[in-house]
Amino acid sequence: MIGLSHYLIISAILFSIGLVGVLRRRNLLMLFFATEVMLNAVNIAFAAISHYYNDLTGQMFAFFIIAIAASEVAVGLGILIVLYKKHGSLDLDDLASMRG
Amino acid sequence: MESLVYVALFAPFAGSLFASLFGMSERQIFVGIVASALLFISFLASVFLAANLFITGEVIQVTMMDWINAGDFNVSFGFVIDQISVTMMTVVTLVSTVVHIYAIGYMDHDKSFNRFFSYLSAFVFSMMVLVMSDNFLGLFIGWEGVGVCSWLLVGFWYHKPDQSREDNPSISPSWAANEAFIMNRIADLGMLVGIFILYWNTGSLKYDEVFAQLPYLADAVLVGAAIALFIGAMGKSAQFPLHTWLTDAMEGPTPVSALIHAATMVTAGVFLVIRANPLYAMPEVAGVSMFIAILGTFVAFYAASMALVERDLKRIIAYSTLSQLGYMFAAAGLGAYWIALFHLAAHAFFKALLFLGGGNVMHAMHDELDLFKMGDLKKKMRGTWIYMGIASVALAGLPFFAGFWSKDSIIETAFNEHTYILWIVLVITAGMTAFYSFRQVFLTFHGEDRHTPLGFHPHEMYKYVLIAMSPLAVLAFITGYFMDTYKAFIYQFNDSVQYEMSDHTHHLAPYLAALVVGISLSAIAYAYFKYARTGEKAWKRDEKVENGFFYKLLANQYYVPKFYEEFITKPYMMVSEKFWTEVDLKIVDATVDNIAKFFYNAGDKTRAMQTGNLSNYLNWMAVGGVILLVIAAISAMFV
Repeated sequence: MIGLSHYLIISAILFSIGLVGVLRRRNLLMLFFATEVMLNAVNIAFAAISHYYNDLTGQMFAFFIIAIAASEVAVGLGILIVLYKKHGSLDLDDLASMRG
Repeated sequence: MESLVYVALFAPFAGSLFASLFGMSERQIFVGIVASALLFISFLASVFLAANLFITGEVIQVTMMDWINAGDFNVSFGFVIDQISVTMMTVVTLVSTVVHIYAIGYMDHDKSFNRFFSYLSAFVFSMMVLVMSDNFLGLFIGWEGVGVCSWLLVGFWYHKPDQSREDNPSISPSWAANEAFIMNRIADLGMLVGIFILYWNTGSLKYDEVFAQLPYLADAVLVGAAIALFIGAMGKSAQFPLHTWLTDAMEGPTPVSALIHAATMVTAGVFLVIRANPLYAMPEVAGVSMFIAILGTFVAFYAASMALVERDLKRIIAYSTLSQLGYMFAAAGLGAYWIALFHLAAHAFFKALLFLGGGNVMHAMHDELDLFKMGDLKKKMRGTWIYMGIASVALAGLPFFAGFWSKDSIIETAFNEHTYILWIVLVITAGMTAFYSFRQVFLTFHGEDRHTPLGFHPHEMYKYVLIAMSPLAVLAFITGYFMDTYKAFIYQFNDSVQYEMSDHTHHLAPYLAALVVGISLSAIAYAYFKYARTGEKAWKRDEKVENGFFYKLLANQYYVPKFYEEFITKPYMMVSEKFWTEVDLKIVDATVDNIAKFFYNAGDKTRAMQTGNLSNYLNWMAVGGVILLVIAAISAMFV
């Protein structure tokens, strides 16, 4: 029987994968994918817990997150394209221009 | 009438503000003229008020405005025109007017001519506040005001460098100004304590209200207040042991010495004692009053003894001022307040005249003040010679001159009170006074011509300056004849200023006066034979005398300044230096510096985080997130 904890474990695993992606990846596009993974990990947790408590609020929240993530990707990709046109690369090590 | 009070008070202030408008600019003669004219207006107003008071006997009391209203504490800017304050007002404005006109001539070549008049008029304003106020706080404001102006004016030539004590006993104008100010601060603390004592116990600062409650106060309160107020008076009037500043204050321009350090400001202490006469006349504070009389007599003698050997023209006059202040305190301490006030007025006239004459000599001799370099100036400076002669006769107390009436009454008072020791000392001092004042006159104006070989070519002062001095010369002569009128005038004030000689003294008075005059005359004769002769018998410096113990003791002012320097100034300096290097630098400054350094270093070290690489930032963000998570988990465990 698949219970709440399975969902949460999946969510945790996905979140960790996303986090490692954010920390280790050098390509901005990959960073975006990683953040999407993290957001969806949270969505899974929301939906599962919502179902567990028989409360639709959590699922509604998940919808909102999906909507916001979509718009974030739209804006973010626009910026990425501009960046790529300007620098010819999306590697973070090449983009470091504000050294303190 | 009320508007006249304000005219008398604020005309000098207007003059000061007017002069200060031109404070930074070139010498402008009209600045001096306007300031003098405003003072003359103030003088006229004062005379008018005095005449009005004399005829009608009505004391005028005006309240300009509320000053402090805090809970039960109410003080207003109030002024009172009574017999005591009007005497002071007239004397102060008269002497100031003469000195202002004099200063137009004396400060002729000075760059800071306008600034000088601004300070001088500000001083007169402060002095007027001091004498006219109807409460102790207003008096204190005036008291501090004259202190500040004195500081500004003594240090007027602040650019002069410091010299060693051997070359110049007062070191430098700025040094002397600081000394005067600091010594006065010490005494002012005493005075402030006295005012607090009176306020705490009577709940008021107004003279009338305070004095009305005196009979209901405890003995200790009365004695404490009397002592504390007298400490303030001792500072301002330069009584022992706070006297050293007065002779050093001679570093200021001579008009300042004449006005502030002879005629007016230094008499503020005497004025305070006279003003507080209901307090000092209480039988409970008889001990304090006796102490005032004894100290006054001591200072009279002490200062006169130092004047005997002094070579500096201005310092001799300064010592004589000290000595005469001692006489005034002696009279006030013995209860003869009106005689003290009368001597104050008479003294103001002839001492200002003497100082201004000294200023003429100094001007003529290009700031040389050593008597031993003068001699036989009478041919070249006839007017000054006559003026200084009149002033010296008045100071010595020879008959028919102002000093005779006023000083002799003080000596008579000492006899009348059966304080024969004080009487003897005062009589001896009168002889010394005659000797040193004529020693000065003879060394300056008579005897061998010692200045021409030294390359001095003295010339007489401007004519208008000499004319401006003439009112003082006239007053130095005639003031004494108004003694009985003045007595009738001041007797209207209250019972405690009234003082009458007993019949016994009255009978002996002519003999006593004759004794004093005889001693003075023989002292003058001795001075004449010693210093005034020319040719074979001319006076010469005597090495043996000058190296004698007493001569050295007197010439070094009984080593009091040296004592202050060795035992107060130097240890204080050492302690200050220690506190500076050990406490201030090592603890206070170090703490502040280290706080600043910590932040600077922290910033410097953590700056390396800012690589500009987004990936690094994200890593740090994750670290922060983890730390927050850990903290949240730990705190959740403990809740």
